[in-house]
Amino acid sequence: MGETGNMSPRTLFEKVWDAHVVAAPEGQSALLYIDLHLVHEVTSPQAFDGLRVSGRTVRQPLRTVATVDHNIPTTPRGLPIADAIAAKQIEALQKNCQEFGVPLFDMDSAEQGIVHVIGPELGITLPGMTIVCGDSHTSTHGAFGSLAFGIGTSEVEHVLATQCLPQKKPKTMQIHISGKLAEGVTAKDLALGIIGRIGTDGATGYVIEYAGDAVRALSMEARMTLCNMSIEAGARAGLIAPDETTFEYVRGRRFAPEGKDWEEAVAYWRTLASDPGARFDRVIEIDAAALAPFVTWGTNPGMVVAVNARVPELKSFAQEADRRAAEQALAYMGLDPGTPIEAIAVDRVFIGSCTNSRIEDLRAAARVAKGQHVNPKVRAMVVPGSQAIKRAAEQEGLHRIFLDAGFEWRESGCSMCLGMNPDILQPGERCASTSNRNFEGRQGRGGRTHLVSPMMAAAAAIAGHFTDIRDWRFQ
Amino acid sequence: MQPFRKHTGVVVPLDKVNVDTDQIIPKQFLKRIERTGFGEFLFYDWRFSGDGKKTGDFILNAPRYAKASILVAGKNFGCGSSREHAVWALADYGFRVVIATSFADIFANNSLKNGLLTVRLGEEQVAEITRRSKEIEGYQLTIDLETLRVEDGRGLAAAFAMDEFSRHCLLNGLDDIGLTLQHEAEIAAYEAKHPVRGAMKAILAG
Repeated sequence: MGETGNMSPRTLFEKVWDAHVVAAPEGQSALLYIDLHLVHEVTSPQAFDGLRVSGRTVRQPLRTVATVDHNIPTTPRGLPIADAIAAKQIEALQKNCQEFGVPLFDMDSAEQGIVHVIGPELGITLPGMTIVCGDSHTSTHGAFGSLAFGIGTSEVEHVLATQCLPQKKPKTMQIHISGKLAEGVTAKDLALGIIGRIGTDGATGYVIEYAGDAVRALSMEARMTLCNMSIEAGARAGLIAPDETTFEYVRGRRFAPEGKDWEEAVAYWRTLASDPGARFDRVIEIDAAALAPFVTWGTNPGMVVAVNARVPELKSFAQEADRRAAEQALAYMGLDPGTPIEAIAVDRVFIGSCTNSRIEDLRAAARVAKGQHVNPKVRAMVVPGSQAIKRAAEQEGLHRIFLDAGFEWRESGCSMCLGMNPDILQPGERCASTSNRNFEGRQGRGGRTHLVSPMMAAAAAIAGHFTDIRDWRFQ
Repeated sequence: MQPFRKHTGVVVPLDKVNVDTDQIIPKQFLKRIERTGFGEFLFYDWRFSGDGKKTGDFILNAPRYAKASILVAGKNFGCGSSREHAVWALADYGFRVVIATSFADIFANNSLKNGLLTVRLGEEQVAEITRRSKEIEGYQLTIDLETLRVEDGRGLAAAFAMDEFSRHCLLNGLDDIGLTLQHEAEIAAYEAKHPVRGAMKAILAG
């Protein structure tokens, strides 16, 4: 499997890929073994139906883990689900997991949470794995040095039935980030800065490896934020080589290896860095120190500027198609070119999603909110990524800080990131959101989404408009 | 899967870049547990106003494009969410082909599994097809997967590329789960070498 022998230098991606090739039939895509398949309620019912129709079973229920996150309400768990169609979808997952023997962290489970939050937090996500899920933000798990990518429902069925996936080998891109992020500039800003530079299709067809001093300095939570947004640059996946920070995070988690298994695993994980001299198809250099807190102004994550900048002028776009897209985006967003970002007032604030709902994100937002009060014109909600995060935050008293400041403190789920549950924007409402997509209607029809970091979102909630967190007076 | 060999149909120009899957099928329609019936919700927020009435300015609502089965758009079509519902909606509405300068990876994969052909052409060709489909009422294209050619019978002809294995699957409407299962011996051998770890087993025990 390419783990021995005298080979040319390989990248992290190539090592993980090579270790999972089951077969490489002539003239066909390689057949890749999938170590972990994460399943949720929205993209799986048709896949399980497909199994039933063709008389197939789930090949490896022990490599499959399900939870409910996308459409569940974030109101107290004891309440019934008002949306009958959503309830039916959740029931379908319960029934399917039971029928096919797939473990499920259900609505009432103490481990329930956003699928990309609970995998790492339970120690199910481990370095060097291949991980798939019927969700594009599966790239999150790349933070552990896993090859993790989103798939469609037909592929979900394929993995359920075979535990394998035929895959064309993607190209490799290294994003090398040197220097140090300034105070108030986070992994979210790093991700937005990269997408702003290379565009939402800048990494289409590639797997990204994030490397460099600035990446080494990031916590696991921050690395997950960075890898999570890889898909917003079009990348198949985004990886970071595992190191001591990774091992420290994984050690002792509920399903992480223990004892001798742990020692062996760590020894293997240490081999997963890209070899010196390994070749990438494309290399991009980023200076972390040059980045600022970012705010998106348009309808895709590449439409982004620094908080102290202005909404761009249309004449600044060289390509006609981009200029027209910007014009349409500004019309949808209700913004004029040249408007200072800090002059844009918000109606809603959402702190949550698989991008920014982890304990560190909540701590950062709480630090901003402490002793302050949400602007009376703003409705702000905090949605922890999982029940475990909610409990941890409550133990630390973060929920008190949020509640005292006038934020709503809710149950875990995907919530207003995609608005499949009742948490949506009304037409014309403007939202500072820590999520990952500012597409038209993403958070509700006619809703206007600006992507920011958790600190920037909390600051906007209090100020009532975007404001540069680097000037914030913490209390 | 429905095989794809050759298709002739009316072209509708979307004339937009970065069309994301949230636009193709908005999230409120993802709660269905069937694969069918998504066509009526295709591009919902563009086709219908807030009160459910058809919008006047969206091109799919123009009567001359009512029978269109080929969609032409700008770069990065199908970006964003992995929702296969986007492909189901396009196919259910009646589209057999999407032409663009580039496609998002997951969307292209999902299309392949559903017999929806994604054709990548150069910027100039896409611009020309867009222009002709706006100017010429009932403008049609023929897409031939066997010869990998696009033609309009009016002097426009272009070749497109597709990897041989994907083309083979589409031409024959192959069930690729069946193809993978032909490698049962190799999969079993791999699994014997890489057993499910002890800790993972604990998941079932709870």
